[in-house]
Amino acid sequence: MLSSESLALIDKEVAKYPAEQRQSAVMSALRIAQVEKGWLSNEVMDFIAHYLGMQPIAVYEVATFYNMYNTQPVGKHKLCVCTNLPCKLMGADAIAEKLKKKLGVEFGETTEDKQFTLVEGECMGACGDAPLLLVNNHRMESFLNEEKVEALLDELKGK
Amino acid sequence: MVIQGGPVIFNTLHLSDSWKLSSYESAGGYSALKKILAEKTPAETIIAEVKTSALRGRGGAGFPTGLKWSFMPRQFPGDKYVVCNSDEGEPGTFKDRDIMRYNPHALIEGMIIAGYTLGAKAGYNYIHGEIFDIYEGMERAVEEARAAGYLGDNILGSGFSFNLYNHHGYGAYICGEETALLESIEGKKGQPRFKPPFPASFGLYGKPTTINNTETFASIPYIMREGGQKFLELGKPNNGGTKLFSVSGHVEKPGNYEVSLGTPFSELLQMAGGIKGGRKLKAVIPGGSSAPVLPGEIMMDCTMDFDSIAKAGSMLGSGAVIVMDESVCMVRALERLSYFYFEESCGQCTPCREGTGWMYRVVHRIEHGQGRPEDLELLDSVAANIAGRTICALGDAAAMPVQGMLKHYRHEFEHHIEHKKCMV
Amino acid sequence: MALNIEIDGQQTEVEPGTTVMDAAHKLGIYIPHFCYHKKLSIAANCRMCLVQVEKAPKPLPACATPVSDGMKVMTRSDYAIQAQKGVMEFLLINHPLDCPICDQGGECQLQDLAVGYGSSSSRYAEPKRVVVEKNLGPLVSTEMTRCIHCTRCVRFGQEIAGIMEMGQAFRGEHAEIMPFIDKTIDSELSGNIIDLCPVGALTSKPFRYAARSWELSRRKGVSPHDSLGSNLQIQVKSGRVMRVLPLEIEDINECWLSDRDRFSYEGLNSEDRLTQPMVKENGQWVVADWQTALNLVASRLREIQVKDGAEQLGALASPMQTVEELYLLQKLMRELGSGNVDHRLRQSDFRLDSQAHGAFWLGMNVADLNKLDRFLVVGSVLRKDHPLLALRLRQAVRHGAGMNLINPVVEDYLCKVANKAIVSPDGIVNALAGLVRALAEAKGESVPAMAGNAEVTPELKAIADSMAGGENKGIFIGNLAQHHPRFAEMAALAQEAARLCGAKLGVLGDSGNGVGAVAAGAIPSRSAMGAQGITGMNVGEMLAAPRKAMVLLGTEPEYDCHDPLAALAAVQQAEFVVALSPYKHGALDYADVLLPVSPFTETSGTFINAEGRVQSFNGAVKPLGETRPAWKVLRVMGNLLNLPGFDQDSSEAVRDEVLGADAQAGVCKLLNNKTEPVQVTLAGMDKLERIGEVPIYQMDAIVRRAPSLQRTADAAPPVARASGMLLEKLGFGEGGMAVIRQGQGSVVIRIDRDDCLPANCVRIPGAHDVTQSLGALFGELTVERA
Ligand SMILES: Cc1cc2nc3c(=O)[nH]c(=O)nc-3n(C[C@H](O)[C@H](O)[C@H](O)COP(=O)(O)O)c2cc1C
Ligand code: SF4
Ligand code: FES
Repeated sequence: MLSSESLALIDKEVAKYPAEQRQSAVMSALRIAQVEKGWLSNEVMDFIAHYLGMQPIAVYEVATFYNMYNTQPVGKHKLCVCTNLPCKLMGADAIAEKLKKKLGVEFGETTEDKQFTLVEGECMGACGDAPLLLVNNHRMESFLNEEKVEALLDELKGK
Repeated sequence: MVIQGGPVIFNTLHLSDSWKLSSYESAGGYSALKKILAEKTPAETIIAEVKTSALRGRGGAGFPTGLKWSFMPRQFPGDKYVVCNSDEGEPGTFKDRDIMRYNPHALIEGMIIAGYTLGAKAGYNYIHGEIFDIYEGMERAVEEARAAGYLGDNILGSGFSFNLYNHHGYGAYICGEETALLESIEGKKGQPRFKPPFPASFGLYGKPTTINNTETFASIPYIMREGGQKFLELGKPNNGGTKLFSVSGHVEKPGNYEVSLGTPFSELLQMAGGIKGGRKLKAVIPGGSSAPVLPGEIMMDCTMDFDSIAKAGSMLGSGAVIVMDESVCMVRALERLSYFYFEESCGQCTPCREGTGWMYRVVHRIEHGQGRPEDLELLDSVAANIAGRTICALGDAAAMPVQGMLKHYRHEFEHHIEHKKCMV
Repeated sequence: MALNIEIDGQQTEVEPGTTVMDAAHKLGIYIPHFCYHKKLSIAANCRMCLVQVEKAPKPLPACATPVSDGMKVMTRSDYAIQAQKGVMEFLLINHPLDCPICDQGGECQLQDLAVGYGSSSSRYAEPKRVVVEKNLGPLVSTEMTRCIHCTRCVRFGQEIAGIMEMGQAFRGEHAEIMPFIDKTIDSELSGNIIDLCPVGALTSKPFRYAARSWELSRRKGVSPHDSLGSNLQIQVKSGRVMRVLPLEIEDINECWLSDRDRFSYEGLNSEDRLTQPMVKENGQWVVADWQTALNLVASRLREIQVKDGAEQLGALASPMQTVEELYLLQKLMRELGSGNVDHRLRQSDFRLDSQAHGAFWLGMNVADLNKLDRFLVVGSVLRKDHPLLALRLRQAVRHGAGMNLINPVVEDYLCKVANKAIVSPDGIVNALAGLVRALAEAKGESVPAMAGNAEVTPELKAIADSMAGGENKGIFIGNLAQHHPRFAEMAALAQEAARLCGAKLGVLGDSGNGVGAVAAGAIPSRSAMGAQGITGMNVGEMLAAPRKAMVLLGTEPEYDCHDPLAALAAVQQAEFVVALSPYKHGALDYADVLLPVSPFTETSGTFINAEGRVQSFNGAVKPLGETRPAWKVLRVMGNLLNLPGFDQDSSEAVRDEVLGADAQAGVCKLLNNKTEPVQVTLAGMDKLERIGEVPIYQMDAIVRRAPSLQRTADAAPPVARASGMLLEKLGFGEGGMAVIRQGQGSVVIRIDRDDCLPANCVRIPGAHDVTQSLGALFGELTVERA
């Protein structure tokens, strides 16, 4: 189900917690699985449940509670724009509009070529760098302006 | 205001590669820990020092840290934990990120000292999910500290053992609430626990646990190195030390500023380069999005400390200062904040689950020109039915912005309702 | 130190740790609530119970607030009411308010409280939330838009059923109570979430739209499906059982019911019901009146008795018949001169008949199970055979008890198992002997001869160590052991083990009225209440040497007997068979007379449960059609045969005749697990053995006919299972179709892998059409590829 590299990474996380608390590693396990698979299918969640000795619904609770997990397929690049007040004050709405126009999608949608999914995000704890967005959860692009957005899209399209 | 003797938290910032262990050590880092371990300083002595410093929790509530530490049943046999709350997700707050980015070892040393003092063998640092590169950086820093013998078994030959692990969130503001955070470390969804029992008696895995904010822990090495009295004197009575303020919004130079508690707001604003484009200051949310908004005039008379801001009718909170100039429509601002609390409610208890959506929808309506005359009274009442009735303080956090806005800017809302459009 | 508290002006004293809710309950003050439930952990999420506490800066939830000394609480002050009303308003804004079409209507906590706390018009003018439906399986129906997120159903799974099948996914206003995607709720206790749900989000699927709660009248009943004897609230409309709910009785079923007890009632309304007496004339069934049918039965029985001797009469009774019925049956037989009467249809070892001193029972009260600190279960499919006893044992484990097993199968016990020895059915004897030896050696006593030189495996040593410690201990013999051909040896060894470690010995009991049947004398070795009487053949002997005339009381031999093949052959060979049954069944093939008799809901009667509690009940509904209570039928039969002592005019009179003072005391005095030891042999373990359990929904005639239960995962047609090692050895790889032979029987069946099983065993459930052709529940097998 998951590659041996992913399993090794999960095992490393499991080791952080007391032996009888494997469940503590579920957030990391889901993150690692998502990096490998792109999204969390039922089979993946079921697998993780077994791997950590949890009930599948308990894994599902976690996967649907935290925003950054994809329980539905997403495009190759998920772009998450913070539109919360501090970012909004710095022009997040214009960035969002620019992205929507360039990609031809609304928030929550994926481009037809399955390259991009655009989502609206909440505060990322980096308001000093506003406006900003996250690429596939782990790469933050800060101090955005229209040119930077263009450049970013060009770069990602090539990937 | 110049900080006498240099910054407390950002004490390595002038060094290249400030995040490295070597930089931290060259700035006096880990000397406090070494001294404590070498002298086997009694826990009571450390707690007394922290009490002297008048350090108040930097996570939002401003609870005296020394007092909190004294609640921990240190003699309790069995596992105990210290947990660091680096989940900063409160809109406007981004200081803990910079602490972990630029001076992670201050946090690590602070947590080790806390572990020593509180009888814990392990600590967890819970890091906001969206700043994943910071999590990776913290993983490296912890490795570095472990390799240097500051973490692990028998630290520096003292017989004291302590391990520290990073745990990341993955997108849930509520996990900043300390018991939701514990649930999250336990591998569950982050729904706050009812208190009592408090974490000091029933915390992580049901064991006694002390939770502090990143900045709180990062202040500890200084206090133990330089003395609580010196820390206290950096600030003002009951508000010891320096504080990081995350200044965002309409300023020329958004960013984190470490200043003494009690620094006038006007000075802080000046440090951040003043209002952007030379426009006029309209309003400030002084302590993160949950804090009631204050009009600019009131803010200009405030000093930046817990007591002064509370007196003005708001809260210092986490020290997130959101600055808004005259172009900002308060209805729109509130609409976005209300949406945030609606989105981030954990869904556990009735008033918050049902009430946050209700408030948002009413504000949304008003913003979109469909407000009704009775709406403001309704908002007041819904906010009042949430505040103080929920399991955790998210309910209050959602109600306070509404109440603050209606208190100071009611006329803007009335204008929206009456004219179906904005006045700014 | 007791704490003083004043609530609404009334004073009381409570123990530290008591909540305001409990204290109010003690004072008889009702505080509105939804999420609070006395059997579940405190969630404090609904906030309905907010009350005013003097000096507190905000209203506090009564369910979660511990009492402190001198506390003053106001539950009805303006301040409290205002808080409660605020919460009620929030609960209603997204609720569909579809009470007129809701099955919960009339018994909905939300509806009840809304009347008191809601306001007439809503201030909420926004669109309401709609939640998509979930398929929870055949038993529980959902209307999740009505859910108020009290999480009782979730906590029930985690804390009581022991398995988290439901959760709260998503968050905030989007939160949804649901199982994992596409999963159903398969716990054998799932129906309880229907009772727990305070609104109409979770309702009974079989009961859906069948009746409104106020149209139903309520009768007390006792469940016949397992040895616990759960108390039932039988709900009735127009002479039909519409629904069954638990009748709360803390010492037995608490406030719970197993799904088997809750949904079996559907079987009472089955198409299969026999509603008129029928007699076979020239190979054709014709409807007869009672008089004709009974006359025929009496004359045929008398004829065979006279012609062939009384020993040619035999009677097989189901152990779910009442004490009264079983008593009159054995009385009829004995008055006719035959002691051939038995109810232990699934048992195959009767060596203890001469060694026992009373009725086998649990060895302790049901409520004491929770207080055990060490226990050993021997040969049991625990959760399926005894859903609520298993629940109590789980609670004991939650409180720290050590659970030990000597068992051929491993279930998911949903709790920590301290030690287990997984052995073949025959191997149970060796394992118990090993345990006895280990216990004796640890105590420095000489090893009893019966344990001989049994092997003490590390697992058995660990079990011995566990059982040597602790104070409250029990060793329990389960249904698998009770049905096994070497039950007597197992019982003898278990008794010895219990003596050595100071544990109580208990027999879990395989039926609803097993204790009652022994008390009634429906066994060949003793007559009622252990008195000497005419002795006769046990069920095994009767099937081995078929009798000329057979009386079947509630029995379907092809499902209810240890060896269905032998049972069928026996009834087919009999010259005359009369079947007293609520159902048309296999007897249509081999019987001569069918007499429709009442199931447990259509007669008064008495069951005695595993702890010896005598539980009498009245009929909940009138007998269907021409059906008559079996006790009346048997009494008339006695009259027609001119036998003495058949003139009771009520079932109570029959009961008092049998039980005497025990009926009034409510406890049967016949309970005794002591047996004189039998010869124990320790055999080699080289043959391939069958593990034949009775599946949960094949237990008896009623559940077999309950359609909704038959649609559950637990009722799926049986397959054979064996360990990967064995499959490998037999050349099956991961599994496949197999021809399995056992004695005279054989079956073609799928064999699947289950690595929990012992290496020399194939698990093949019995009491089922699919496996009927195989024969006895236990025995030696051969397996080949099909
Ligand atoms: C909704 C909510 C969000 C919170 N978010 C944070 C947070 O992001 N970081 C933090 O340190 N404390 C946060 N807190 C406060 C914590 O619950 C807790 O009081 C704090 O971590 C204690 O640390 P301190 O005493 O050092 O301030 C939050 C509280 C609430 C109710
Ligand atoms: S479905 Fe019923 S029991 Fe479950 S959370 Fe919702 S209201 Fe509560
Ligand atoms: S009953 Fe107390 S909060 Fe629900």
